Amino acid sequence: MSDESSHSAGTGVRDDGYDDLLDAVEDGSGYYLECANGHGSVPPRRVCPDCGTDDLTETPLPESGEIETYTVTHVATPSFSEDTPYVTAIARFGAVRVTGQIRNIDPDNVEEGLPVELTTARSEAGTERFLGFRPR
Amino acid sequence: MTEVRVAGVGLTEFGEEPSRTGRDLFGAASTEAFADADVPRADIESVRYGNFMGELSERQGHQGPLMAEAAGVRAPSTRYESACASSGAALRSAVKDIRNNEEDVILVGGAERMTNLGTAGATEALAIAADELWEVRSGMTFPGAYALMAKAYFDEYGGDRTDLAHVAVKNHDHAMGNEHAQYQRRIDVSDVLEAPPVSEPLGLYDSCPISDGASALVLVSDEYAEENGVDAPVAITGTGQGGDDMALQDRKYLARTPASNRAAEEAYADAGIGPDDVDFAEVHDCFTIAEVLALESLGFYEVGEGIGAARRGETTAEGDVPVNLSGGLKAKGHPVGATGTSQVAEITELLRGDHVNSDAVADAEVGLAHNAGGTVASCLVHVMEVVA
Ligand SMILES: [Zn+2]
Repeated sequence: MSDESSHSAGTGVRDDGYDDLLDAVEDGSGYYLECANGHGSVPPRRVCPDCGTDDLTETPLPESGEIETYTVTHVATPSFSEDTPYVTAIARFGAVRVTGQIRNIDPDNVEEGLPVELTTARSEAGTERFLGFRPR
Repeated sequence: MTEVRVAGVGLTEFGEEPSRTGRDLFGAASTEAFADADVPRADIESVRYGNFMGELSERQGHQGPLMAEAAGVRAPSTRYESACASSGAALRSAVKDIRNNEEDVILVGGAERMTNLGTAGATEALAIAADELWEVRSGMTFPGAYALMAKAYFDEYGGDRTDLAHVAVKNHDHAMGNEHAQYQRRIDVSDVLEAPPVSEPLGLYDSCPISDGASALVLVSDEYAEENGVDAPVAITGTGQGGDDMALQDRKYLARTPASNRAAEEAYADAGIGPDDVDFAEVHDCFTIAEVLALESLGFYEVGEGIGAARRGETTAEGDVPVNLSGGLKAKGHPVGATGTSQVAEITELLRGDHVNSDAVADAEVGLAHNAGGTVASCLVHVMEVVA
């Protein structure tokens, strides 16, 4: 990825772990961190938040996830003021949940249980990259 | 063990006062607290001050000493930041140090200046209480986070927007006559349901306002109160704190707040009481759904049953356990860093009998304050009792 595609908030510098995962999602090879005791988490992590072990393995995420909850936001921060109304959701992909947006969809067509796959997205204003969900 | 007494309380009016500085707000609240306490400023041994967004709203870090100065106190001072639970965290530190006989007289409080940022700016500032990488970057606002929890609650346990609307209506009713409240205006269920959406399913009237304000408490040990003839009939008899994963996505349940359960269990054990002993409570209703989650975590209701409490009238001024007699964050306002100690100020007045709503709890002996940070990744619970 080019440098301008990934910024930490306002600094223009990559966030190790986070941007690595988003790069992997763009390559179709998203992963989560699986600890030796079977707990799942998402980076950046030095240790498992559940048990503290530093024995973490990058394990492939399932291709398909499921929306668990979502909201249609009408009052946004300045970064997303051109995007309203937009859908932010939490989806389960196997051992982990992740937060992202479902872009290019009529909010009325989003529902709990909707099957989705991972992508990345940006606000209309365009600086920060984040996870997106695409209906499958 | 040394007992912690509330010698005096002070509050500014909560509302829109964009030109007032944080130091002016805290100076006003602390002045009122000293007048109420009749304790000399020179006896203060430390200041514990809660503030969340001072760097963003006033470009001001290192607010501890600034606020001691604003209060006219020559004592060491530390700022506590724990999002919306900042002054609750400050309070807990003060309670512990008085009990440990480290200090006898402490000024604790908080302030927040918010409305000078405007709605978009305040929305951005509030969002930083969430996980920057995983939540804020995805456009999750503070109302958006609670909307995700509300939607998950509806799907898991039932209930609807009308149930939540009754929480807002109740808290607006309670704020009538509270001179510190931002809104002293009744609303009805249709006002809530027809209000513009903020982050669905939550609308404008499900949300607390953006507020400027400050609160302050003068806390003393029971020994100090006795030696100095300070009239301080209300004690803080229980303190508890809980924590949780920062991001909603990492939690086991999307519609439960275990940090509140933990804080409540610890505070109840500390005070030697249980949830049935609580006569009334001030809980952290930054959004209507937040009051519901609090009622369940505090042990007043089983999981999934708190949503109908306001609609059934059980938490109104006439109900079994009145909740948010001050108007709550919803109607009284939510100057973030001031909220935790503001709840304690309101409970003190309710227990002393000099609050506009004291008649609703005339025989009450036990009040509870529940102060949450972010999406309840932080929680402070304090139990307060009439002891003298
Ligand atoms: Zn683990």
